[in-house]
Amino acid sequence: MARGVQPRISIVVNGDRVEVPAGITVAAALFNLGVTAFRTSVSGEPRGPVCAMGVCFECRVTIDSRPHERACLTPAVDGMHIQTASIS
Amino acid sequence: MELPRRECRARRALPSRNAMSQRPDAVVIGAGIVGASCAEALSRAGRRVLMLDASFAGGGTTAAGMGHLVAMDDSPAQLALTAYSGKLWAEVVHELPRNIEYEPCGTLWVAEDEEQLDLVREKQRTYADFGIDAETLSPTQLADAEPHLRPGLAGALRVPGDGVIYPPNAALALVQRAIRNGAELREGTRVDAIRPREVLIGHERISCDCVVNAGGAEAAKLTPALPIVPRKGHLVITDRYPGFCHHQLVELGYLTSAHTMSAESVAFNVQPRATGQLLIGSSRELVGWDGTVNRAIVRKMLDRALDFMPGLARTSAIRTWTGFRPATPDKLPLIGEWEETAGLWIAAGHEGLGITTSLGTGQLIADLIVGATPAIDPTPFAPSRVHSAVGVH
Repeated sequence: MARGVQPRISIVVNGDRVEVPAGITVAAALFNLGVTAFRTSVSGEPRGPVCAMGVCFECRVTIDSRPHERACLTPAVDGMHIQTASIS
Repeated sequence: MELPRRECRARRALPSRNAMSQRPDAVVIGAGIVGASCAEALSRAGRRVLMLDASFAGGGTTAAGMGHLVAMDDSPAQLALTAYSGKLWAEVVHELPRNIEYEPCGTLWVAEDEEQLDLVREKQRTYADFGIDAETLSPTQLADAEPHLRPGLAGALRVPGDGVIYPPNAALALVQRAIRNGAELREGTRVDAIRPREVLIGHERISCDCVVNAGGAEAAKLTPALPIVPRKGHLVITDRYPGFCHHQLVELGYLTSAHTMSAESVAFNVQPRATGQLLIGSSRELVGWDGTVNRAIVRKMLDRALDFMPGLARTSAIRTWTGFRPATPDKLPLIGEWEETAGLWIAAGHEGLGITTSLGTGQLIADLIVGATPAIDPTPFAPSRVHSAVGVH
């Protein structure tokens, strides 16, 4: 499929409705949007994906009210609500 | 158990001085929270104290425990010691560093049925007689207080004065107080033997006026007649879920699990930690010094927790570990003089209550050693009672 006609889906990131390509992961969607701080560590530091394969757990975000979901393993789905850095 | 690296750095940063220039008045063996408290109280009373630990301060049973500060009424003596210790914690906790993670969350003793609710009311009367504030919650009040508990529970006893702390940092805070009082800490120093008014470390002899064996679950390795056995426990900690629960939650059946010296038991016990994490316990096993994780008992423990809090199934556990409680046959610690060996005192055998009762124990030991009048009757804790005991059952 040519890039120009790739279907797009609508998701909500930190309250803003945005369009992203269908079939990508939540981590890829967030990167495309320029988000790098996915969560906040216990000591208050920003954290983002390191391994992108479900091992490091650094990319956790809240998806549809479920905390600590790994963005790198979760496909973005139309209508999904994503909250980053939700724990301070 | 492996500890986070920053903990190890914090330990190395403890001020330590060269070999004590003068003979110590007291040598405290074991710098867990009980030994640290004994050293703090003795040094505050003007005694020159040397603390010795086979590995490092606060790194053994102290670091493996949940860290509850709780009034417990398994026996009148236990209630006296936990209530006294609770009062001492309340006096000192706000002077200690923030990293002890003190949370005044209170305890909810959860009743499953009317029979347990009768026990809750009895517990409330016992606490009231001791001047400990407590209130009985109806099923509706309980559901409001802790929405993640399953429906259909009979009620609970809320003890607002209870709390939780992070035990290894609390032990370090007490060690640092002792050091400020002139005490010295030697870590990585395993005592080989206790002799009258001296300890032996390899070829080194350290003489002193008194020795305090605060070796916890290992105390009987140095004083073999002590009836202390390791009682293994498992804990599971989750990721951060702030606000998931608000109190330390304990099923009323915990008292039975703790009191009965059965080969194996579990009880529902969940704590909210300062980080938003949930600490899930508890198990009790008599399996000697085998510290491996027993998946079968972890399963039972988590099933018990899920029975009370079904929502825990949606949380992720990030770590499981074990530790060894120092258990005695009559469920009371051994605090006092050990008459078989001149100058030897015992402060050990606190089972699952060592974090709470550490401060009361340290103050009792110091009062007895310096000849002051203790605030509570020390008789029930006298180690001499073991001579008439029937052994661990």
